[in-house]
Formats: sequence, structure tokens, C-alpha cells
Amino acid sequence: MESVLGRYKNLIVLVCVLFAQVLGLAVQVKRTTDTESSRLIRIWAVDSVTPFEKVLNWMHNSSWNIWHNYFYLRGVRAENRGLKAEIERLRLEQIRLNEDAAQARRLQALFGFKEQFISQTKPAQVIGSSGSEQSRAIYIDKGESDGLKPDMAVITADGIVGKVLKVFHSTSQVLLIDDQSSGVGGILEKSRLQGIVRGTRSGEVVLEHIMSDNPVQPGEVVRTSGGDRIFPKGLPVGTVSQVGNGPDLFLTIRVRPAANLSKLEEVLVVTKLVEQEPTQLESGPVRAADILAQRLPSVPDKPPAADPSKLGAGEAAKPSAPAASKPAKPAGVSAPNTNAANPPKPDDKVPPKPQAQASPARAASPSSPGVGPTATAPSALKPATEKGPAPPPVKVVDPTPSTPKPKPAAPPANAPTPIQDGPQ
Amino acid sequence: MPITYTSGEQVEVYRFNWPITIGVPATALFLQAWLPRHLSFFAMLDLPLLVTIFFGISRRNPVSGLLTGSIIGVFQDALTSLPIGINGIAKTVVGYGASSLGVKLDVENAGARLLVTLVFCVAHKIVYFMVARGLVNLSMQWSWPHELWAAFINAIVGVFLFFALDRFKQRT
Repeated sequence: MESVLGRYKNLIVLVCVLFAQVLGLAVQVKRTTDTESSRLIRIWAVDSVTPFEKVLNWMHNSSWNIWHNYFYLRGVRAENRGLKAEIERLRLEQIRLNEDAAQARRLQALFGFKEQFISQTKPAQVIGSSGSEQSRAIYIDKGESDGLKPDMAVITADGIVGKVLKVFHSTSQVLLIDDQSSGVGGILEKSRLQGIVRGTRSGEVVLEHIMSDNPVQPGEVVRTSGGDRIFPKGLPVGTVSQVGNGPDLFLTIRVRPAANLSKLEEVLVVTKLVEQEPTQLESGPVRAADILAQRLPSVPDKPPAADPSKLGAGEAAKPSAPAASKPAKPAGVSAPNTNAANPPKPDDKVPPKPQAQASPARAASPSSPGVGPTATAPSALKPATEKGPAPPPVKVVDPTPSTPKPKPAAPPANAPTPIQDGPQ
Repeated sequence: MPITYTSGEQVEVYRFNWPITIGVPATALFLQAWLPRHLSFFAMLDLPLLVTIFFGISRRNPVSGLLTGSIIGVFQDALTSLPIGINGIAKTVVGYGASSLGVKLDVENAGARLLVTLVFCVAHKIVYFMVARGLVNLSMQWSWPHELWAAFINAIVGVFLFFALDRFKQRT
């Protein structure tokens, strides 16, 4: 027996070592969460490597800064002039974008949307990488002591970088978006098609799960969709560089990352996200009917207020233009219609409306045949949230039946168009 | 001083002092993590693998070689986002193979070193691929041109690295 052990000692040791590692791998693969037993060796490895990386990084940055900030200042004046011109151009663009943003906020408030804001970030320096083609990860010089936690988004000014994968005491491992195990919810900016941004083994970034019958052009910008609950919606991911047919009726869309993932120096870790409804600049609820009434060329005198209890269920289904001519009525559901046809000015305030009210409004659009001030409201005008059997048709009571019909509220070109139930 | 004899030829066995035994693999691991961030070309290199091969063929002791490969590989895995053990298993096999080959062959000249390193780099990739696909279920794709090119680059660098590390050898 001893001779056998002695003869095959090397082979036995090899088998034992391999078996131990296979066992360790099996335990790690089976485990869904990262626990201490496998973290220990990672902590040892990271703690032994990252201090040297930090020192070298500091030396590199110091020498680079000394050279660039004190010696190499050639062309700074010309660059300064160029930057000033750029600032002027960006100021003009900012004015336009502010208008768009204000309008978007109002619409979001109108539909009761919630949006995520990056409220706190932590700057960090990249100090190292995993050093492997199979694992595209970097190390940053901020860790648990700086408030970092796993699954925090890591971004740059250009676009997203990745997410925090493992957090150590003073360093963290960041999984880049071009790693084959990463996944980010992405949306194409123009076509609004949603997919998943993944990395490939060769380090490319692809957008998956876009059906091949959708038109996608190279050059289109990909942004985060917010569906992964890690990255806030709207951050730039990259630009479509190549589109081809892939397997299973899906397109193969290659994306050029917006951030230069191979030359990362400094990144921002999103440490706090706030989810809230967009706020409006001015306070005080204003009824949609009032807004519409202000826009009309002439509004007749307010008739005697009708008893709201006498109004039938179909009252809410009145078309928007007549509703606007009777401001005494309860706030109608025609506000979305109005806004859809005639976008409000930046200083307009529209109270948020439940989205369920949009359905009757759409059904009651003046473009619908047979729906007038005295028309019988069809049962389809019931709100979508209503349950139970449909009530019998109710005749809509017009509070001003004898009043001559005012002049048309809006020219046909401005007729309200049916709104959509959702944002898409 | 000759220790092992193979086919009548004398094959010398070397040893290394402790600072070199620990320092060289640690430096290789550090450089592997540090250099690719500045020069992406270095991601193709596998310095810990070259160190494993060097220690294996120099010591000519299979147990020592496989343990060296195992430890270096596990620490290399610890720096990645992948499960620990993939590189460990691959480098264990390479360390065992390199030291076993070193017992039988004299790999002191540049040509032999180039060939041996090339073969072990490909073998390392094959074992790594099998473990990653078979045990961990990673979605990896095999590309012969890429792997052969990477192995060739590693072999070229290995030849120079081995000659640089030769000065740390101590005859037993």
C-alpha cells in the first residue's frame, strides 16, 4: 500500500487539489449570495494588490498633473477662446432645453409619473482591473467606508460604466457593461424600443431582444430604460454602431459605449436615488377647464350653476370644447385632450389626473360621431376602473340648453385629438 | 549538482528563496491587474500563467508545481468577478504538467521554452474553457485564431521573462 501511495504520490496530490477546487466551485455556483467563505480569499487578494495600485495611481496622477498644469500649457489661450464660444452656444441650447424640460415635467405631473433623480454621487478613481479578458471588471478607490453598496450605478459624464459588484473596506469591484455577465435595461432614443444591453466575450456591447422587424439605424442613441432598477432612466449607454440579423427573429445590434471603458480614470458612483413625482414651479391647483377657458377667444357669461347631483354619469363624458365653454362645470376630463391638441405654455399648471380618466375622455372626443352636448352617453364611456354591469344609457343634461351655442371653441385644425392611455 | 537523471542526461533541479517564491507571483498578479488598465494589450497576456510554468519547469517537482499553480490561480480568480477556482484548476493542471515535463526534458534553451510555453498556454485555455463551460456554465465562445495568437504572444513574452527570472535560480 505504501509503495502504491509513494509511486502515485504526485497524481494523488493532483487529484486531491483538483477535487478540492471543483468542490469549492460547486459550492460557489450553487450559492446564490456571496458569503464570507469565498469573500475571505477575495479580501486577501484585493487587500494585497490594491494598496500598491493606489500608490502607483497616485504617483502617476501627480506626475501627470505637474506636467499638464505647470509645464505643458501650449495652446491654452486658443482653447480658452474655443471654450468660451462653446459656452455661449450651450447657453442658447440650454434655454431651449429648459423649455422642453419644463414641458416634460408638466406632462409627467399630469399623468402622475414618478421619475428617479440622482440625488447623491461619490467620485472615485479607477485603480485597477481584474486583468482578465473573461472578467471585465475594474477596482475603484472607494468602498464600504465611503458608503458604497453592491448594485450601485457607476457612471461618467459621458455615459454609464457599470455597477458595483463587490464592496470591500476601502475599495470596490465594478462590473463593466461590456462584461458578458452584465445586463442593463436599454431603450433606443428615437424608436423607443426596449431591450437588454449586454457584454460579449470579446468585450463588445450589444443590445438584445429587439425584434428584427423593427427599423433600427446605426447612429441611434441607446439610453437606460430604468427597468433594471439600478440605472436611472435616460442616461446615455452608447450609440448603435452596427445592425444585423441575429438568431430567433431578433436583431443583433452592436453598441459603441458612450463612456470609454478602456480608459477610465475617474467615475461617479450613484449612492442615492430619489423617486418622486416631478414638482411644478408654482403651487395651487388649477382646473383644466379653467386653463382651457383662458385660451378660448371669447367665453360667454357663466350660466347659473347646475346642481351637480342632477348631472348624470355621462356628464363627465362631455366633449372638451363645450366643457370649456361652461367653466362652472366640475373639472372635466378633457384636460388631457386639450393639452394633447394644444400644448400648454411653460407657466401653465395642470393638476395631475388619474390615468383611468383618460379613457372616457378619449371616448368622448368630439371627433367621435354622435357625441354632442345632448347626446346619449354610451356605456363605453364608463371609466376603465369601474366594475359591475353597465348602467342604462343616461341622457346628458346640458345646463344651458336655451343658450345659443357659442362660437366654435377651436378651429378644426386645433380639434382635440384622442390621447393615449400611456406615455408611449 | 545533478539530482534527476533522464535518459542518461543530467537535469538540474533549482530552488528559489522565499522572497522570490512569494514576490514573483505576487508581482505578476499585481502587474496583471495594473497594466491592462493602462495598456489594453496586456489583457491578452497571462503573467501568472508564465510564472507558474517557469516555477514548474525549474523546480521539476510535480507537487510543488501543482501547488504553485493552484495558489496563483486561486488568487488570480479572487481579483475577477468570476467564481474562485476556474483559473485555480487550470493552473494546477499546467503547474503539474510543466513540472512533470521538466523532469523528462531539458527546457533551458529558448526554442524549447517557446514551444513548451505555447503548448501550456493552449492547454491552460482548453482546461479553463472546459471548467468555465462545464462546471460554472459560463457562456464562453472558443476562437482558435484568438487563442493561438494569445498563446504565441504569451510564449514570446515568456521566453524573455524566463531568462530574466533565471538569475533568481539557486542550484540545489
